Amino acid sequence: MAQEEINKAVSGEYNLGFEIDIETDVVPPGLNEDTIRFISKKKEEPEWMLELRLKALKKWQQMTEPTWGHVEYEPIDYQSISYFAAPKKGPESLDEVDPKILEAYKKLGIPLEEQKQLAGVAVDAVVDSVSVKTTYTEELNKHGVIFCSISEAIRDYPELIKKYMFSVVPMTDNFFAALNSAVFTDGTFVYIPKGVRCPMELSTYFRINALNTGQFERTLIVADEGSYVSYNEGCSAPTRDENQLHAAVVELVAMKDAEIKYSTIQNWYPGDENGKGGIYNFVTKRGICAGDNAKISWTQVETGSSITWKYPSCILKGDNSVGEFYSVAVTTLAQQADTGTKMIHLGKNTSSTIISKGISAMKGQNTYRGLVKIGANADGARNYSECDSLLIGDRCGAHTFPYLESKDTKGQVEHEATTSKISDEQLFYLRQRGINEEDAVSMIVHGFCKEVFSQLPMEYAVEAKALLELTLEGSVG
Amino acid sequence: MKTLEIENVHANIGEKEILRGLNLALEPGKVHAIMGPNGAGKSTLSKTIVGHYDVEVTEGDIRYKGKSILDMEPEERALEGIFLSFQHPVEIPGVNNAYFLRMAVNAKRKHEGKEELNAAEFLREMKKYLEMLGMKADMISRSLNEGFSGGEKKRNEILQMLMLQPDVIILDEIDSGLDIDALRAVSEGINMMKDGKRSFLVITHYSRILDYIKPDYIHVLKEGRIIKTAGSELVAQLEEEGYESIEEEA
Repeated sequence: MAQEEINKAVSGEYNLGFEIDIETDVVPPGLNEDTIRFISKKKEEPEWMLELRLKALKKWQQMTEPTWGHVEYEPIDYQSISYFAAPKKGPESLDEVDPKILEAYKKLGIPLEEQKQLAGVAVDAVVDSVSVKTTYTEELNKHGVIFCSISEAIRDYPELIKKYMFSVVPMTDNFFAALNSAVFTDGTFVYIPKGVRCPMELSTYFRINALNTGQFERTLIVADEGSYVSYNEGCSAPTRDENQLHAAVVELVAMKDAEIKYSTIQNWYPGDENGKGGIYNFVTKRGICAGDNAKISWTQVETGSSITWKYPSCILKGDNSVGEFYSVAVTTLAQQADTGTKMIHLGKNTSSTIISKGISAMKGQNTYRGLVKIGANADGARNYSECDSLLIGDRCGAHTFPYLESKDTKGQVEHEATTSKISDEQLFYLRQRGINEEDAVSMIVHGFCKEVFSQLPMEYAVEAKALLELTLEGSVG
Repeated sequence: MKTLEIENVHANIGEKEILRGLNLALEPGKVHAIMGPNGAGKSTLSKTIVGHYDVEVTEGDIRYKGKSILDMEPEERALEGIFLSFQHPVEIPGVNNAYFLRMAVNAKRKHEGKEELNAAEFLREMKKYLEMLGMKADMISRSLNEGFSGGEKKRNEILQMLMLQPDVIILDEIDSGLDIDALRAVSEGINMMKDGKRSFLVITHYSRILDYIKPDYIHVLKEGRIIKTAGSELVAQLEEEGYESIEEEA
């Protein structure tokens, strides 16, 4: 198979690269106390929140950017980024949401109008630094479920925010988390009361639109005892030559017998084949199974961003608690991904599963980095890890860095890793049966990702498959 | 008209010339057996016909139903009705066997201007043949060839042949690794396909399969050429005297 043909096929066009033509309020670039005060004021935040932000800024200024990731990029000038951008027309109700935003969300396949809302999926739509619309809030209120933007939550539910924000990802956790803690703009807050099974899928769609701005959202999900929630996030950004920074923080808290299922379809603009443009995606995601028998499950399909640096993790504190990580990361063009998970076993009989699938094409570089840590009291802890890499063409790379720290000799840890190339033999076999090359490649890739896709809610599994196809379109021709 | 005509084909694998002026014509409704010692070019011959990427044809022509196929992509040759049962069918993890086969069947139906089969129609067909070949029902849901035994893989090849209904059927060492039950089931599947029009090219190292699929012609392949063609009586001579005894016909 000729290399050019492979390239043609993998360089799928990014079709969400349009720009929404709306008037935007953008704060001038730069990061100092004034910026923080400005953001906090714009958000009409209480004083205590401003103080937390300022504290985070001080901490951040003393920290240095980590360099251990298997990624290469030009140094980020944090003073040249604008830390707040908002569509000018702040909506009070849906009628007031700028029609251009509604139109844009429609293009993204997420209608926000009441009559067209996705059945059974409540959506929080975030453009740049603000949440523009949350759907189905009334229906959710009936069940006592809180689903709102984090800015609203800070104003309306200060006790919950004070109790849980920074409880899983401390503000000084790492460089990017500290930055986010200082400047976070919007994001989603979810609270599921005791014993409630959230009646619908919750979903947030993040859209970066403004030029030269960063997106710093913060999401907090608290599932009280015996509750269940399935939450999904999606994201996209316009095609631009400049790199844009996205540094998010997600915290999950699952109490006794609670379960949180968190799915991500990440499709930020990936940049071009020479590595020009694209989103720098530096994200800290962590959940804690705080009570016994709690369960947190991360599923991610990462196809976008020029650089991805994220490790959705689980702290398994409660006895018998369960952590899961299912990931498909695709790097094509000149994309680089360093992603994986940390499973921290503290409670007894805790178990974790890691299934990571990396797909690399063209000049894509894909790194799995994972830590399984078994604490001294985690008797009966079990982990199963499987990290598979699939290479398409011969200019891409796959790397695996599994780490294991075990203080408990009775723990049981299994790790399997494979690297395979879409073999010419496999392709030929399918073609000899009359299946064209492109369908053959997508069949092999889907087969490779099957274990992960089967974890996604159905609508999202369909979207993920379509996205994967588009991303790898022409990867073989 | 001949179904497949191979005319003075020279073909390389890498730098090495393997086929050296091979001539062979398949007749409709006939079973042609290719026999020959190791390294004679038997597998290269099957790869050449289906357009395998390892093979470079440097001279000669291959015509299928009168038309040259050398410039056709492998999938086009398949859609036109050329089928190869692979000597070593490859495993494709995560790809559901029935899903794959339905894609293949519908690609061919589409090519022929027929309506595609829906999942229910397809499964009905597939189950019929599964039973006939003595295959387990879980073959529907398992991943394509993954973890299949040698016998299961070969039965799966024959299943695909039955579903795809090709016109030229190449069986590359179909009997290798088969126990007697599997050999019988596979042969039964092949014999079912005989309809007086299809041509079969049975490539084999051993004569055992030829007890089950009666050949009309035996071709001896040696050093990249067909050096002798005869009726089935040649099998006995080869069994007794080996390939050394065969002299190239003028």
